[in-house]
Amino acid sequence: MIAEAGHYALVLALALALIQSIVPIIGAKLRDPALMNVARSTALAQLLFVGLSFLALVTLHVTSDFSVANVYENSHSLKPLIYKITGVWGNHEGSMLLWVSILALFGGLVAAFGNNLPLSLRAHALAVQAWISTAFYLFILITSNPFLRLANAPIEGRDLNPVLQDIGLAVHPPMLYLGYVGFSISFSFAVAALIEGRIDAAWARWVRPWTLMAWIFLTLGIAMGSYWAYYELGWGGWWFWDPVENASLMPWLAGTALLHSAVVMEKRNALKVWTILLAILTFSLSLLGTFLVRSGVLTSVHAFATDPTRGVFILLILCLFIGGSLTLYAWRASALKQGGLFAPISREGALVLNNLLLTTACATVFIGTLYPLGLEVLTGERISVGAPFFNLTFAPLFLPLMLAVPFGPLLAWKRGDLLGAAQRLFAAGGAALVAIAVLWAWVRGGSAFAPLAIGLAVFVIVGALTDLAERCMLFRVPLPIALRRARGLPRATWGTVFAHAGVGVALIGIVCESTWNTELITTLKPNDVAKVAGYEMKLDSLTQRQGPNFGEMVAHFTVSESGKTIGVMTPSKRNFTTRAASTTEAALLSRGASQLYISLGDTAANGGIAVRIYHKPMVLLIWFGPVLMAFGGLLSLSDRRLRVGAPKPAKAARALQPAE
Amino acid sequence: MKRIAQVLAACAVMLMATAAHAVQPDEIMADPAKEARARELSRELRCMVCQNQSIDDSEAPLARDLRLLVRERISAGDSNKQVIDFLVARYGEYVLLKPRLEGQTLLLWLLTPLALGGGAVGLWLQNRRRLKLASLDDDARLKLSPDEEARLEKLIAEQSPADKPQ
Repeated sequence: MIAEAGHYALVLALALALIQSIVPIIGAKLRDPALMNVARSTALAQLLFVGLSFLALVTLHVTSDFSVANVYENSHSLKPLIYKITGVWGNHEGSMLLWVSILALFGGLVAAFGNNLPLSLRAHALAVQAWISTAFYLFILITSNPFLRLANAPIEGRDLNPVLQDIGLAVHPPMLYLGYVGFSISFSFAVAALIEGRIDAAWARWVRPWTLMAWIFLTLGIAMGSYWAYYELGWGGWWFWDPVENASLMPWLAGTALLHSAVVMEKRNALKVWTILLAILTFSLSLLGTFLVRSGVLTSVHAFATDPTRGVFILLILCLFIGGSLTLYAWRASALKQGGLFAPISREGALVLNNLLLTTACATVFIGTLYPLGLEVLTGERISVGAPFFNLTFAPLFLPLMLAVPFGPLLAWKRGDLLGAAQRLFAAGGAALVAIAVLWAWVRGGSAFAPLAIGLAVFVIVGALTDLAERCMLFRVPLPIALRRARGLPRATWGTVFAHAGVGVALIGIVCESTWNTELITTLKPNDVAKVAGYEMKLDSLTQRQGPNFGEMVAHFTVSESGKTIGVMTPSKRNFTTRAASTTEAALLSRGASQLYISLGDTAANGGIAVRIYHKPMVLLIWFGPVLMAFGGLLSLSDRRLRVGAPKPAKAARALQPAE
Repeated sequence: MKRIAQVLAACAVMLMATAAHAVQPDEIMADPAKEARARELSRELRCMVCQNQSIDDSEAPLARDLRLLVRERISAGDSNKQVIDFLVARYGEYVLLKPRLEGQTLLLWLLTPLALGGGAVGLWLQNRRRLKLASLDDDARLKLSPDEEARLEKLIAEQSPADKPQ
């Protein structure tokens, strides 16, 4: 009954989406407010019905109703409750249902909180949103129905992939989807603006908070996924340049570029045509990511060719939306008026450079991810493009970008003074040189490149703080006045400082981890001691333990540093009987921002066990950086200018606009 | 649909296969310098039965065989390039995680510099065009339109009789 209700709710949502696709557009043509407002009600009703459908699937999973194919294939009655819930989106069908649920959520949010939007813009944007949701409802209902029943209900389910039975699954996919799908709003607004043929700075101000919100979630989602891979996969890597990871990185790079170009558009009314294009590209890359991950094309081009139903369906959606929006863009963009002029050396110029480098980086990831697929389809030749390729092509693009980051906020709009900015960055440059010198003198081994990269990171961090110091005139006016000025700064300024510093922090983590990582691979017997990076790890015992749906072997290590015990680490190896699969649960011990990492291998014949022990210096900074970036985004999002919303043409509303 | 389920299952198995150790203690070479070279090479070689994993990371038996093969070649005195050439001759280009620059990978390697260079040139041209347009705009603003010329003529004509000394 619940499965059928969930299925039916999804069909109703499709019907609502169809109405929302057409009626508001007619309303806008006829300038009929009532028809245009239909979009608002249907968007909210869609959210309700998709929400119900999603809840139905959750209920089926929680109650372990194995008469439903999706539950049978991905759940087990003994699975802990949290994984019964998260298992809902740990499979293809459920994950697509989460996708449309989040799409409906964003549609509902625009409907509920978009009161300050011009009526026709909102109607158009929600209609475009409905086109996307129609396509994906159809995809789910036709090719990936999560509510399919089995004729003979099995007694027990096949359990969820053990690697996914982790708290990471509770956080990572929803975050990532909130980011991915959140960019649909900027896309819808861009297409709406093209349909209306009108775009101005106010448009950028409406779109920026939505883009920023999606960007924050995507940043956190990617960082979270990276940390999950780090502790779950058991060999201490945190980024693999896997096509699935690249699929999320591409929208992030394009989205970061979009955030920056939208600033130029809002403040200076320039780069309008480019911003629209970026908004379209960003969501197109999200769709591409969905295609790559959901069509099976990554596993093998041949697997895709033998059963192409799903893949071809998403490919059609992809072509329709990307092709359609780009055609519309080519047709209408020239009609959009270009705005303010600026010199190459200016804040706008710096942001254009940011966009150039970020989009090139995005293009690099794009070609590296798709080239092997394309080549195989066209010529049948198989090549691999992996981490060594990306490290060589991607990293060089980030060096000039990082060098430029501190200059951007210090340059004036329209015409900047590069020499002046450089003089103000004197302290940052000095700090960077000191860092390089100290590292060079103190650290033995590792590449000569590492101190330079850390110097660059220090330059970015101190450069971000310099911007702050300049704005509150620290050291030039008495301290209390400087502090008062700091409090008075717009939150968006603080946001920029945190986000830019976060980039530097992450770079320090990346460089330290990849350069000074210590690794020990060995076989230990109980009471053996392993020494890594000044720490001593004594294997006390190996014990067997029974979990709810797995058996595990746990190793107890006592960790000490110069004779003093500092902690206990218990890595384990789990065996999941239902799927006859095993996972390694690495043990982590944080010392400041550095971590000790132990994971277990196979048992040896002599009663010993293979272990991998790592000391990873400053590794936590890799994820602390993105958290800082997201926090900066959040500060910026809470800025009064975005809360107040876009200025309205009416005189009364204009009075609300804060002074720049 | 069943096929897709099988593929997903296969891919899940592969994922699980990764969830353990790669390099095993018994594989490590006695000479640390040679072992470091072996590790460095392993990171550039693909485990052909895995999804985007180097043989350094992979737990699959094939990856172990390849790791041992790399170490064998290194002990035999091969240079890094010789080891790579040997593996490519045996397993094809697919084994390289960083494809070589050849006819068929030209676009792959050149896209990044082309995009960067093309973007920069495009921006420069657009900037020049816009500056020119702006200066044309200024010129246009200084010149009088035919209407304005006519009006000026008329004003001068109206003015001139009064100016003439009687």
